[in-house]
Amino acid sequence: MSAPATAITALRSRHLLGIAGMTPEEITLVLDTATAMKEIGSRTVKKVPALRGKTVVNLFFEPSTRTRTSFEIAEKRLSADTLNVAIGTSSVVKGETLVDTALNIEAMQPDMIVLRHSSSGTCHLLSRICKSAIINAGDGTHEHPTQALLDAFTIRERKPTLAGLKVAIVGDLLHSRVLRSNILLLTTMGADVWVCGPPTLIPADIRRFGVTATSRIDEAVEGADVVMMLRIQLERMEGAYFPSLREYFNVFGMTEARLRLAKPDVLIMHPGPMNRGVEIASEVADGPYSVILDQVANGVAVRMAVLYLLAGGADHEETT
Amino acid sequence: MKKLLKGGRVIDPVNGIDGEYDVLIDGDRIARVGRNLPVDGVTVVEMPRGFVICPGFIDMHVHLREPGQEHKETVATGTASAVAGGFTAVACMPNTVPVNDNANVTSYILAKAAAANLARVYPIGAVSRGSKGELLADIAELRQAGCVAITDDGHPVATALLLRRALEYAGMFDMPVIEHCEDPTLKGDGVAHEGFHAAALGLRGIPGACEALGAERGILMAELTGSSFHVAHMSARASLRAVRKGKEAGIRVTCEVAPHHFTLTDEALSTPIPYDTNTKMNPPLRELADRDAMIQGIVDGTVDVIATDHAPHHYDEKNVEFDRAPFGIVGLETAVPLTFDRLVHTGLIPLSKMIQLLSVNPARVLRIAGGSLAEGALADITILAPDMPVRIAAAVLQSKSKNTPFDGWELRGGVAATIVGGRTVYLNPGAPVARGL
Amino acid sequence: MPVVMDADRIGRTLTRIAHEIVERNKGVEALALVGVRTRGVHIARRLARTLKEITGDDVPTGALDITLYRDDLMRHTVGPQPLVRSTEIPFSIDNRKILLVDDVLYTGRTVRAALDALIDFGRPASIQLIVLVDRGHRELPVKADYVGKNLPTQLEESVQVRLQETDGEDEVVLREGGAA
Repeated sequence: MSAPATAITALRSRHLLGIAGMTPEEITLVLDTATAMKEIGSRTVKKVPALRGKTVVNLFFEPSTRTRTSFEIAEKRLSADTLNVAIGTSSVVKGETLVDTALNIEAMQPDMIVLRHSSSGTCHLLSRICKSAIINAGDGTHEHPTQALLDAFTIRERKPTLAGLKVAIVGDLLHSRVLRSNILLLTTMGADVWVCGPPTLIPADIRRFGVTATSRIDEAVEGADVVMMLRIQLERMEGAYFPSLREYFNVFGMTEARLRLAKPDVLIMHPGPMNRGVEIASEVADGPYSVILDQVANGVAVRMAVLYLLAGGADHEETT
Repeated sequence: MKKLLKGGRVIDPVNGIDGEYDVLIDGDRIARVGRNLPVDGVTVVEMPRGFVICPGFIDMHVHLREPGQEHKETVATGTASAVAGGFTAVACMPNTVPVNDNANVTSYILAKAAAANLARVYPIGAVSRGSKGELLADIAELRQAGCVAITDDGHPVATALLLRRALEYAGMFDMPVIEHCEDPTLKGDGVAHEGFHAAALGLRGIPGACEALGAERGILMAELTGSSFHVAHMSARASLRAVRKGKEAGIRVTCEVAPHHFTLTDEALSTPIPYDTNTKMNPPLRELADRDAMIQGIVDGTVDVIATDHAPHHYDEKNVEFDRAPFGIVGLETAVPLTFDRLVHTGLIPLSKMIQLLSVNPARVLRIAGGSLAEGALADITILAPDMPVRIAAAVLQSKSKNTPFDGWELRGGVAATIVGGRTVYLNPGAPVARGL
Repeated sequence: MPVVMDADRIGRTLTRIAHEIVERNKGVEALALVGVRTRGVHIARRLARTLKEITGDDVPTGALDITLYRDDLMRHTVGPQPLVRSTEIPFSIDNRKILLVDDVLYTGRTVRAALDALIDFGRPASIQLIVLVDRGHRELPVKADYVGKNLPTQLEESVQVRLQETDGEDEVVLREGGAA
């Protein structure tokens, strides 16, 4: 009814390198814009002309079906021209450096580059050498900002506000870029964040992020409004960071029994892809409190919002 | 040809000299240090106000990259960088291509150094053949060819047994074994100090214990063998503790700290430039408590030497993903201003202590000439301008590589001139003119 | 700052337009109102209430945000993006007679964007345009079917519609300078 709740209408950075540095107002702007974007997905014609003539390159140095598809759909719904460059087909395999690959793509004058890379900090590197807006689609074990934004969006659809919620994040904290972005976002928005995992998978000094860290899962889940499960990377974990997957599930797996400690209206989230029976029991993943598929659905809307806000556009002149 | 340096403050800690003295140079030797020396038949060089004359600085931890990686540095460019940084001598690490594990490579390096004719070069030989950690290198031949110490720097000596044997064997010549202290299993594929900043940036961590474990091992082997063990580029407070205890127990252990480890912390990973690969070195920039411990160790004398770990890398090699970039930064031309600015002008150590750390002690650790202005000593002299403003500019470094995190830094105190064997090999164009040098 | 329409005038005008709608469409069957955000939505809701009073029937009402269809959206390489707000059209527009509602008709560009947006929702039987004020200076061939007030203006003047719902009072004012 009255003026929109957000005090600001633009992001300060022309890139989305991470949640780090974003203000609560900026996060709210993205989420509010995503609310508007979500409606577009329910239309018969799921397309708006907003990014007509804009070229977006999805530069993926790491395989990703979910994130790349989500970005691509978001770009297409906004009428951008999209180009997918995946590592298998790029010249990186011929020994070209990341910088040269990026500069070559830059030479074709895209407007935005959506980057996924296995090394932390590659988005910062590209943002220093590229004129295009850089959107981080996951860099190493650093950040995955659009995942945290879509998680927040999904929570906000069901909870009145993020502030004051107890959010428990459980799993491989050490290698998770989703964890870092979520911690930054949720603490910025005033949530009470608990992180839980085996001590071998808890990063150094994690408490300095303003979270409570524990290896006691019951303590983390008790009274939680939201429980986020993180993926265990099966190949590299077993025997190295914990003895066996079976033991991991016994100690840290999210079961219905454990979930009873949480609030009755708890939300269960998982960024995917899930390992059923390792970090999460199927009954939980498919249960009534699970919003895992909503997360995927909301990913498109949130990415549309980010693309739109970073695309650069007109001033505020309104023509009536 | 005699030259008289007149009117400077001479600091020669070994000979207990600190005051206004004249220094008479005759050929490549110091002829006399005294007051009101006769000026007849000599070239008189009037020292500008405030200049300090001291025994030439020695950087005992430098990578000159030649042979094999001349795109990063050569003996010529590296020694040009050295004299521009006030160093009259450098000791160069054996991790060249091929490795300096035999007299041929040592002679090659020395021939290049003679041709460059700038700083003195003291090669350091490999502990093991190819630094592979399997078989001992030809240590006696290396020594005969001119090597002053041995190390497998770049990585630690592979096993405690091999380290023991190296200490025993080198002990025969009273040669120190210099160790890159590190437990390889704890380092893993780490790229930054394990702490808050690495966690926030998603960089794999290397804990301080990784280095301390290597230091402890070496100190135990030194105790076992009675030989001299030197901890290279120390960065972790736990390593300092180990060295301190070792010294208290009478074990022959010495150690060095690099300027970046008493200046920077791991916060530099994210500020001002996130993921700046010029903040990536091994050992990594540590947390504040470690940095402060290094300073404390310098102040209380546990730390013997300031050495730069000058590690030039080509721009292309550093302009990559953080975890793919090589470790290391150049240090020869920033060491003196950083030491002045961070340690001397802050009141932490007196100037004479700085000279011990940069000249007297490295000469002692390596058992080489230098570190003294005694009559008859080599006329290797560093002339300092303690209050000169210095602005670090990576682009104009003499080193072939420009990989420094200190680009643009404003510091107080620098090098005015460098004299090697009585010959002025460097004059700082930014310093006040000392006519006749 | 002359007030060109006060609250009474606005109320009477909307009542008159409601009657015209009923007359022209012979009732309200198959009609739906779609207001252009922000003030067009409030005007549409008021018209829906009046239509209900006149005919006893509910006319479905929706809200349309045309931001993503603006023709000036990506014309500059830098600068903040206009805020996107939700579009809410909770009914099918297929085969309906759509009454598109906006506060001021000026260049016609908003109407062009709104028409494009509406077509993306389906295929209406017809689209009729309702504006509270027509201030002239068209840049596109657009004409309103229902006009509250024709208001001749200078280019440098601006017309501001203020409504109870958004601004605390009902009035239309004409200002010197500034775009609106």
